[in-house]
Amino acid sequence: MDTQIKTAQYKEVYVWETPVRFYHWINAISILILSVTGYLIGNPPAITQAVEASYSYWFGIVRFIHFATAYVFFFNFLMRIYWGFVGNQYARWTNFIPFKKAQWKEVVDVLRVDIVQLQEKPLVKLGHNALASITYFLTFIAFVLMSLTGFGIYSAMSDSWFPQQFTWFVHLLGGDLPARQLHHILMWFFIVFAIIHIYLTIYHDYVERHGVLSSMIGGWKFAKDEDKKADQDSDTIENAEEKTI
Amino acid sequence: MSRKKPTVYDEIRAQGYSRRDFLKFCGMMGAFLGLEASGITQMVKALETKPRLPLIWLHGQECTCCSESFIRSSHPIVADILLNKVSLDYTETLMAAAGHQAEAARQATMEKYKGEYLLLVEGSVPTKDDGVYCVIGGKTFENIVNEAAEGAKAVIAWGNCASSGCVQAANPNPTSATPIHKIVKGKPVINVQGCPPIAEVMAGVVVHLLTFDRLPQLDKHGRPKAFYSRRIHDTCYRRPNYDAGLFVESFDDDNARKGYCLYKMGCRGPVTYNSCGVIKWNNGVSFPIQSGHPCIGCSEANFWDNGPFYSHLPSFPGFGIEKNADDIGLALGAITATGIAAHAVATNIRKRRLIQSGRMKDKKQNSNT
Repeated sequence: MDTQIKTAQYKEVYVWETPVRFYHWINAISILILSVTGYLIGNPPAITQAVEASYSYWFGIVRFIHFATAYVFFFNFLMRIYWGFVGNQYARWTNFIPFKKAQWKEVVDVLRVDIVQLQEKPLVKLGHNALASITYFLTFIAFVLMSLTGFGIYSAMSDSWFPQQFTWFVHLLGGDLPARQLHHILMWFFIVFAIIHIYLTIYHDYVERHGVLSSMIGGWKFAKDEDKKADQDSDTIENAEEKTI
Repeated sequence: MSRKKPTVYDEIRAQGYSRRDFLKFCGMMGAFLGLEASGITQMVKALETKPRLPLIWLHGQECTCCSESFIRSSHPIVADILLNKVSLDYTETLMAAAGHQAEAARQATMEKYKGEYLLLVEGSVPTKDDGVYCVIGGKTFENIVNEAAEGAKAVIAWGNCASSGCVQAANPNPTSATPIHKIVKGKPVINVQGCPPIAEVMAGVVVHLLTFDRLPQLDKHGRPKAFYSRRIHDTCYRRPNYDAGLFVESFDDDNARKGYCLYKMGCRGPVTYNSCGVIKWNNGVSFPIQSGHPCIGCSEANFWDNGPFYSHLPSFPGFGIEKNADDIGLALGAITATGIAAHAVATNIRKRRLIQSGRMKDKKQNSNT
């Protein structure tokens, strides 16, 4: 048997801090709950055999879960924005907005290596690569729009002061129906995002062997010395960032 | 002769109504407006002491359903006093005068009551091609509205046409039908939404202006909050069926006969602000949902473009009439899954090559040592 046993020097790098990991999983669970309940609210199943309305409240409960989870989702997102200003170099907000030319160059590289697969050697990046960062930035915009439309529609059903802060956006869109429509379309954005996101993390773990999948649980990634060096060389943005702080 | 101008109350009595009728009218209006008891006293006093408001009622791009609704108000005083020849100084539909005579009456009212009269506009204003699509007495409707608005105390936009353009402003809006609040500048505009608005709502707004001499509280879309602050959904008698998840699945099924919620039949109740569920129509007999038909959302802007009326989700712009967000979303999901499958195949080929090149290296190292 031709077994491959190789010895290689790997170093641990603590990439995802605890708040980032908590944010990720709270966000994932709340989006899952919100999508399932939201889809049910938009397309309730047909019930043919039923008792009188006074004895049942299941649709009300589904809506309650949706609204309650929406608050968790919203404040969790606010926490992540805060962490974008105080977190480590991999969590910084500047990673997510493509200000620099180097970020766009990296997007092209990622497309070449990971999507079209023109090059076999994996691209090494300990934090998010530039394409992923831009995608996450898009999801942040979707989070904002989801919150604006969601709490905006919800404001009619609540006396609380908080949802009332979102009514202006519904007015901007021209009414509750266009707001509901946008809210519904964005749900599909999240579903498509989740499919691609889960697939790509598995893909990266599959070919790169840095432990991407488990890193969102423990926070550590594993990199060879040469990887870490390559990463830092290409990562002029993050280095510059470090120095200015 | 320096006789005092007759008050609204005088005119009501002159029409043959008793004081009891008058007080009942005030009580009803107070209830619709959501006034407290002292407010009703105020209303009685105002109608007893103030002369009637001079009104100019203009008709533009519309179907006159607002006027039709108004004259079918559940209380006869509304039609007799507020709308009848007694109060209206100019309205194409109901006035006795015609042609030059009518135009002269309008001019006379505008001059005589400058700054005092109320301008009521039914219908939208076409602005395309210099406004030729609506011309009355040789003047474009845009000119007429601007002219009449100049000396008006306040402007009331009746119905969806005047408030947001209604059907003639629906895509592609061939005449550039424009709502009144986008035409009139510098004057308060009250949007009394609906296609048509409920008669009692229309009367209530006029009575409010007469009683308190100031604008009612308006929501963000310029609609009086007294009538448009709650959704049809929140005042609907079928609401318990919604919370229990009991829905009509098709118009002739058993659920429809049982009176379940019309949410899945495209009811716009959850996104429509109006008081149909409370005041109802035709002397409080019924309203669409009570009659088994989903709400079409006629008191919301662009309700014609948010169709189809009988499906929960509006059609997705740019993808034909029958495609909604779910259809597009599912198609995107399928495309994504296909892309991923293709990518996974490519990845496996690549990984196999990586493993093999690793073996080659190992062999080389082994043979070197």
